[in-house]
Amino acid sequence: MADAPAAEKQSKPIVPFLKVPADGAPYLQGSRCKKCGTTYLGSRMACSKCFSTDAMDDVKLSDRGELHVFSIVHQSAPGIPTPYIAAIVDLPEGVSVRANISGVEPDPKNLKFGMPVQFVAEKIRTDREGNDVIAFSYKPA
Amino acid sequence: MRDVAIIGVGMIKFGRYPEKTVPELAAQAALLALKDAGVEMNQVELVASGNLYQSNAMVGQRIMQIIGQTGVPVINVANACATGSTAFREAYMSVASGAYDIAMAVGSEQMGKMGLLGGGASGGDPAYSTEGVLGSGLMPAVFGMAGVEHMRKYGTTQEQFAKVSVKNHKHSMHNPYSQYQTEVGLEEVLNARVVSWPNTLYMCCPTGDGAAAAIVCSMEKARQFTTKPIRVAASVLTSDPWTQRDLIMPDINTLTRNAAKEAYEKAGIGPQDLNLIELHDCFATAEILHYENLGICGEGEAGRMVDEGATSIGGKIPVNASGGLLSKGHPLGATGVANVCEVVWHLRGEAGNRQVEGAKVGMAHVIGLGSACTLQVLEKV
Repeated sequence: MADAPAAEKQSKPIVPFLKVPADGAPYLQGSRCKKCGTTYLGSRMACSKCFSTDAMDDVKLSDRGELHVFSIVHQSAPGIPTPYIAAIVDLPEGVSVRANISGVEPDPKNLKFGMPVQFVAEKIRTDREGNDVIAFSYKPA
Repeated sequence: MRDVAIIGVGMIKFGRYPEKTVPELAAQAALLALKDAGVEMNQVELVASGNLYQSNAMVGQRIMQIIGQTGVPVINVANACATGSTAFREAYMSVASGAYDIAMAVGSEQMGKMGLLGGGASGGDPAYSTEGVLGSGLMPAVFGMAGVEHMRKYGTTQEQFAKVSVKNHKHSMHNPYSQYQTEVGLEEVLNARVVSWPNTLYMCCPTGDGAAAAIVCSMEKARQFTTKPIRVAASVLTSDPWTQRDLIMPDINTLTRNAAKEAYEKAGIGPQDLNLIELHDCFATAEILHYENLGICGEGEAGRMVDEGATSIGGKIPVNASGGLLSKGHPLGATGVANVCEVVWHLRGEAGNRQVEGAKVGMAHVIGLGSACTLQVLEKV
């Protein structure tokens, strides 16, 4: 039996709130509560703060943020390369993002609270179907 | 709600018991607590069993298959690291409500050497696992970042966090139930390999196995069983309310503060009335945060508190006289019942060489990430 024709390889985001348009730069998608204005990473069924269930507004989140806190991870689950910088980045929309800090050696000396960081998206792996898996990180700006 | 007393407690030494089953570990603790209370299994009207890793395996009923099947209600509880303490609260609530007179809380866990590794799993194609790619959801990093946030706010140092580990290891030397009874020096802690900065190996609790149990009874009937009933002055459970970063960076502070406020109000006391605290030092960083969360010092003063030895045995308010999770161990489902056992022993004056002298009021605190916080305020009657 002949194999089915191979599907065209695609670029697939590692999480649904990372948008990878065919004709533009990748970005993070947020949603804003119509009632109280609280903004969230990704989409939501209801507002966690004011409980409004009205549909939220989509928001394209900024590609610049600042470093809130970090930890240098030296021991992780099996198969995960270490050391690396695990961080929380705050965006101007009032949204926080959990991400790695890239482009700098994983040493506390290289990191300053509140330092500006820049969003970077890149291919990190290939999935079982051969698609490119796209992830993101932040590098010092 | 009516007054409830703890009339019996028991636990096994935390450690590694690969040759035993979970119900066997739990049954040992349950029998110790029954014996301590002078209660027979057929007098227990409700059993609340806390176990996380086997939360789908009816651990409570399997314990009763070993120690006595009486047909009473059994509740199997899972609530992350607050699993055991939530089971304790279920037993407490069942008696406080007036529905039952005597109930048992039993917590157990057999972790082997596996920690909570599920945090970053995507469930499907491993190519989509975010752990190590989009930061970390694993506990060492989560509590590393929580400590770093305190550094950012108040200038707390890695050395101050490390002193928590030195203190709790020192306390463990006098606790025969502790998984580790090893003293460590400050340099040794700071020079140990880093797990997730700023926490080094000795600043992280171990994995392990263990079990603990407590028998609660209506205060009016308690004196039939014991001359030393310990009153549950408050038993509080909170979840994480909305805060700006919580969905991304678990906020372990706000729900503890909410629980503390409620517990102090219910017990009619303030933090200055506590004689000892067993709190959730899953990582050394966490202990520092909870000094402020529980109100035993002002904002930003927690680092200084550990510098001054105020939370050592003999200090103003001893914290984790048992050795804490850092030394005693943290078999998840057992932890929240074991810290009730520890506080009860101090209030009865039965804590041996680690006894906090003259202890009249104590608190047991647990955090489960995701998040749940339990607080029990216990007092000598």
